[in-house]
Amino acid sequence: MKLNNIGYLLKEGFRGIFLHGFMSFAAVCVTVACLVIVGSFSILAYNLDVMVEELNKTSEILVYIDSELSDAEARSIGTKINLLDNVLQATFISREEALEDFIADHDGDSAFNGVQAADLRHRYVVTLEDNTRMQDTDEQLKQIPGVAKTDAAYELAEGFTTIQNVLHMVSLAIIVVLLVVSLLIISNTVKLAMYDRKDEIAIMKMVGATNGFIRLPFVVEGFTLGMLGACIAFGLEWLGYDAMVERVAQVDALQLFSFVPFQELLIPMIAVFAAAGMFVGIVGSWTSIRKFMDV
Amino acid sequence: MIQFTDVVKTYEQGNNALNGVSIQIEDGEFCFLVGPSGSGKSTIIKLITGELKPAAGAVHVNGYSLERIRKREIPYLRRTVGVVFQDFRLIDKMTVYENVAFAMRVVGASEKEIKDRVPYVLELVGLESKMSRHPNEMSGGEQQRLAIARALVNNPSTIIADEPTGNLDPERSFEIMALLQEINNLGTTVLVVTHAQNLVELFGKRVIAIDDGLVVSDGAEEVSGDEAE
Repeated sequence: MKLNNIGYLLKEGFRGIFLHGFMSFAAVCVTVACLVIVGSFSILAYNLDVMVEELNKTSEILVYIDSELSDAEARSIGTKINLLDNVLQATFISREEALEDFIADHDGDSAFNGVQAADLRHRYVVTLEDNTRMQDTDEQLKQIPGVAKTDAAYELAEGFTTIQNVLHMVSLAIIVVLLVVSLLIISNTVKLAMYDRKDEIAIMKMVGATNGFIRLPFVVEGFTLGMLGACIAFGLEWLGYDAMVERVAQVDALQLFSFVPFQELLIPMIAVFAAAGMFVGIVGSWTSIRKFMDV
Repeated sequence: MIQFTDVVKTYEQGNNALNGVSIQIEDGEFCFLVGPSGSGKSTIIKLITGELKPAAGAVHVNGYSLERIRKREIPYLRRTVGVVFQDFRLIDKMTVYENVAFAMRVVGASEKEIKDRVPYVLELVGLESKMSRHPNEMSGGEQQRLAIARALVNNPSTIIADEPTGNLDPERSFEIMALLQEINNLGTTVLVVTHAQNLVELFGKRVIAIDDGLVVSDGAEEVSGDEAE
């Protein structure tokens, strides 16, 4: 392919968009619809993931210190706990603070009036970097001299991890299925546009055009339509997401849900939409034209 | 030069289209290829343009060996062979000028080359005054002239016309054949596939007759036979 043809081929690619206006419009609409569905599902899955992650962070291990140890000795154990590799933070709670919490938790119930600080143990509230390793970390904590016992809610942590894993798998499966469906629909739409131009392609082949020369304008067209669809879908996604977050914020019953601001997702969303637009546009047109090349 | 040596072509369904065809058309020759429907004429054209590969035998077209041609070489073979069809195969949404320029553009010609060559070729076929018309605004004869201009514009060494007069009245048919002869006079090899016996007789050129996948007579051989006598 000669360099002086590149300009012509690019121009032909763009001209094709307007020349086959209806098909171009249909291809862009299909791209927008598919990307909005894939994008919405991805954002929803991401938000659910973040929410589960936040809930999971509340999982913690309570480490009770031997009551024989002095206050200073009990406080020094914190250093050893913090040295464990999976420990995110170890917060010391003295007997006195524990008693205050205990009374507050039981709403000043008179049945606990006789409980003294000395009846309780110093303790640490330990949060972890990775809750899937809670059991290992618990075992390590138990090995530290001066630790009397620990209290770890493995089941809860495992439950959160399972929910997250299932969520990841389901999201991935749905996103892949939606992307494949988008690709098929776009490929068929491009195929219709190609069918409209099959005579033109046959003439090009007949007079000796190379496959690359024939393909390039269609690929440019597919790329442009894919990117245009991606831009529109991105804009709609942004507007729709912001509107939804605003509405959710106004409903008291939905305060449990906290959504990540779209600005935080801006860069990855632009990257994903651009890549998806480019992919469906180029792959859609490339695969569609193949069957028209055997002349 | 076009050379077929013992060419056999069998289609997937198992029927033999050619059963050992040997022909040779020299550069600058004008030939008619005649024969009933299904005799193998279209298969010969498809072999020449690289649409088909022979099952056995050898096909040489303008320096390319078709039995071992690589897929990426086929476009370059086709640039040496201009093809004209009975149904013209023009692009209606393009003007006369654009139809011809399009054929140059797709083989990578520059705009300057196109501007120089297209008017010359349109003048050669007598369409210089109709450059801005669209094919559907023209008569059948004019459309076939345009198809010939498109086949000629990349300066191929061979023109193959597949039933070029099949859709034309006798007067227009004669004009088209005269135009093809004029092109031949300029040095281009011309192979015309036709059923029009009157035109074949009128022009008195070499006639290759084919039937049931075999060459049943070749006017060139007869001529040389006569000369030998």
